[in-house]
Amino acid sequence: MTCTEFLAQLDEMLDQDAAIPLRADLQHHLEECEHCEITLNTTRKTIEIYRSHELYELPEDLRERLHQAIVAKCRKC
Amino acid sequence: MAAFEKLVRQYDRQVFRIAQHIVQNREDAEDVVQDAFLKAYEKLDQFQGNSKFYTWLVRIAVNEALMRLRKRRTGRMVSIDEDVETEEGSMPRDLADWSPDPEAMYGQSEMADILRRTIQGLPPGFRVVFVLRDVEGLSTEETAETLGLSIPAVKSRLLRARLQLRERLSRYFKRRDQKSAQVGVK
Repeated sequence: MTCTEFLAQLDEMLDQDAAIPLRADLQHHLEECEHCEITLNTTRKTIEIYRSHELYELPEDLRERLHQAIVAKCRKC
Repeated sequence: MAAFEKLVRQYDRQVFRIAQHIVQNREDAEDVVQDAFLKAYEKLDQFQGNSKFYTWLVRIAVNEALMRLRKRRTGRMVSIDEDVETEEGSMPRDLADWSPDPEAMYGQSEMADILRRTIQGLPPGFRVVFVLRDVEGLSTEETAETLGLSIPAVKSRLLRARLQLRERLSRYFKRRDQKSAQVGVK
């Protein structure tokens, strides 16, 4: 298996529950290829970090203002 | 109207977040949230129960956000295909491993700045796929339906978005106790 073939399955590798027909081949490649092991681990971390940080919070005062505006507009239509 | 208000309260944070990721500007994101909910309200009778309300709403919000981006760029076309090249992403050869706990290297707000700056550098067509799939947790099928893309197109964009983000974040998160590892690519 080449690195390109491994990368094509990266999505499935990141999903622990996915049934992957080639899982044994992928695991074998991973054991031998530091490049893909690092890519897999750091890509997983990339997703975790983005998922765990709220980059664009909606402040409560803005939220209320938006609600009022939305309801007012909907009532008019 | 009370039922609709409940839906607004249920989904406003997500719609705001998605809008901000696309338009990258708070005022425009506020307008997108208002317009998206208004449009959803007007079209409620067209909503068919065969997709989730949330996916349907996100589709409206994404379209509104892209339109807003187009207006801001004074008529320049903006679509989810923009800047999305077709060739395969190149494999990095100089690949640094990350520090075991990159989050401990930065304070909360510094980390948020890094993450915002990094994702803002992606083309919109990659950014929106990453946000819907990995941040908002939509499935590949839902992301494809929301964006009007094929499943292979979503998978390909997601892979390239993830790899580009990973590569860019490596600048901040790579282990400081070692030089970048030169590892072979097969």
